[in-house]
Amino acid sequence: MSKKTPEIPSASMADIAFMLLIFFLVTTTMDTDSGISRMLPPPVPPDEQNDDDVKIKERNVFVVLINKNDQLMVEGQPMHIKELKEKAKEFIENPTDSETLPEKEAKEIPFFGTTMISKQVVSLQNDRGTSYGIYIQAQDELAAAYNELRDELALRKFGKKYDDLDLDRQDAIRDVYPQRISEAEPKNYGGNN
Amino acid sequence: MGKFRKSGKKELPPVSTASLPDIVFMLLFFFMVSTTMKEVELKINIKVPQASQIKKLEKKSLVSYIYVGEPQKQFVRTMGTEPRIQLNDQFSEVSDIGSYIEEERGKLDEAERPLLTTSLKVDEKTKMGIVTDIKQQLRRVSALKINYSTRKSSKEE
Repeated sequence: MSKKTPEIPSASMADIAFMLLIFFLVTTTMDTDSGISRMLPPPVPPDEQNDDDVKIKERNVFVVLINKNDQLMVEGQPMHIKELKEKAKEFIENPTDSETLPEKEAKEIPFFGTTMISKQVVSLQNDRGTSYGIYIQAQDELAAAYNELRDELALRKFGKKYDDLDLDRQDAIRDVYPQRISEAEPKNYGGNN
Repeated sequence: MGKFRKSGKKELPPVSTASLPDIVFMLLFFFMVSTTMKEVELKINIKVPQASQIKKLEKKSLVSYIYVGEPQKQFVRTMGTEPRIQLNDQFSEVSDIGSYIEEERGKLDEAERPLLTTSLKVDEKTKMGIVTDIKQQLRRVSALKINYSTRKSSKEE
């Protein structure tokens, strides 16, 4: 019988693995980045700078102003940030076809047939002195308004939440409630900071 | 009598450590897969605001970061206490953003360039003025996809 090849000692294996483990434990950062995604409008060509934007009827625009003291003015009335979402939802949906809320337009949409789509636009304007925190809160509340409306519609129509639908149905719902949050070209509101 | 002595002599067998490396390796692989290396050392203090309607940023390689906040203590003497912009490892001016984005774009393939997302990590106490300036710069270089970095707020819905 030939000699058996001696076994490689594996006692130190654990130590080596521990060393690697500790290295990765120390260098690791678990937080995945998340945030509110937005698209900026494309840059304005200089020759059109003075032209006012496409005229949109006043009833179709939901104006949110934030001044340098972080106070909100929504559609001409001061408002607390917590009320913003409800007000925005009412505006976007216009359930009673009110005269002062946005116009609606018939449009063909898959799954829904011909549906009345409101021509809403949300306009968020802020001062240079506005704090970033309140700005993000306002963005968040407005996004929440859209998302809740979409969820409600998805539940009514398909019995599922918006996120659980397949892509075609999500597209259809997005066509019913398109998210239009526009930000004005920077201006100064409420004095200099 | 003999019987009892016999059983008393038996020793507790030592706990087997043969599976220890396997357990450690399992942990090791978990951390190796989930790890992301810290890229930059922050020279400013940032506490990003909270929000509930957030999306995860996918594809880390397509994201470039812009940090805005008050300089940390050891830099206050040279940089002051006003919020500053940090790109990569150094303090920068608003006007540097254009070239920074171009540089980041250069690192990507032709096909991926339009997908470049700019993540704004801005302290919640910062004034919007500086943020607006940054956004105008980003528009000028057509880096239109942005992401306001936020924490998940504790209240659900």
